[in-house]
Amino acid sequence: MSSDVGQQHPLGIYYKIWVLLFVLSGFSYAVDYFHVEGALRWFLVILFMTLKAGFIVAIFMHVVWERLALVWTILGPPIVLLVLIGFMAIEGNYTEGTRYQYRGDDPTLQPLSPSDLHHDEATSASANEH
Amino acid sequence: MMSESAVDGAPSGVPGLVEDWASDKQAYNVPWGKAMMWIFLVSDTFIFTCFLTGYLNVRLTTTEPWPLQTEIFALTLFGQSVPLVLIAIMTFILITSSGSMALAVNFGYRRDKTKTFWLMVVTALLGASFVGMQAFEWTKLIQEGVRPWTNPFGAAQFGSVFFMVTGFHGLHVTGGVIYLLIVANKIRKGHYDAKGFEIVEIAGLYWHFVDLVWVFIFAFFYLL
Repeated sequence: MSSDVGQQHPLGIYYKIWVLLFVLSGFSYAVDYFHVEGALRWFLVILFMTLKAGFIVAIFMHVVWERLALVWTILGPPIVLLVLIGFMAIEGNYTEGTRYQYRGDDPTLQPLSPSDLHHDEATSASANEH
Repeated sequence: MMSESAVDGAPSGVPGLVEDWASDKQAYNVPWGKAMMWIFLVSDTFIFTCFLTGYLNVRLTTTEPWPLQTEIFALTLFGQSVPLVLIAIMTFILITSSGSMALAVNFGYRRDKTKTFWLMVVTALLGASFVGMQAFEWTKLIQEGVRPWTNPFGAAQFGSVFFMVTGFHGLHVTGGVIYLLIVANKIRKGHYDAKGFEIVEIAGLYWHFVDLVWVFIFAFFYLL
């Protein structure tokens, strides 16, 4: 195959995908900006992530135009990784459960935010320096 | 438009898959450099998946509360605290660079060396600005007391994951910037005039992969 007949496609499709990726990133950021929480947050973030990843791989990395011999070499092994992710999720949930059950850790603890800590910033900053 | 790349006389689809693998010939109908880049990217996928799966596991198992990313990565702009704003800007920069790289690949195959060179330089500069912002973000978190082994906000694992995952991704971006500049310079000097411009597509694959990894980090580490 000579270089002149490599992956050559009209420019229009790149511009369209480019704009689409911006829009999808904007949506992802909007999920955080408007404080969407709970299951809907997970659903939307993972949906936009999957769409973005799909368009990058399919169009920018030209996978839709490759022959299946290469496509399955690329996509097959990562699909197997889903098994690892699934196992680790099950295992992690179990470990967390045993820690609450047998170590008596407090499940109601809340994280601190930077604003919780900033009121004593002056004292802690000087303390850190010494 | 959606058809597979044509091979003289070979069937497409699943029969083509069987024939490519079963015939006594080269299995992949692409330049060897491109096939090798894909093999490398698949192995790199495994590395990043291991990191993100490790993150999944420590985040699930820790009984300490996970720090609130939206507040930790907020910046004060014009007297207002804007959540995750730096990360959003970094995301948009990386997507912009992916777009300019896709155009560089296209102009490379059109043998427009000037446009290819400048688009690759723009891509590299955007990548460099991404690394700069990441350095700023690291500095800010280190000043706030975040360390790989502890942080003032909640679960200690937050710091480990943050430095390892963003650090490894930042190294990939830095490597990509150097790679793109080397290839761009060789294009300008005419090293590929006889050989052809697949090298731009190969470099582009690496760059898009770096953007792709960021899509997952942005979703799982910063948003969820």
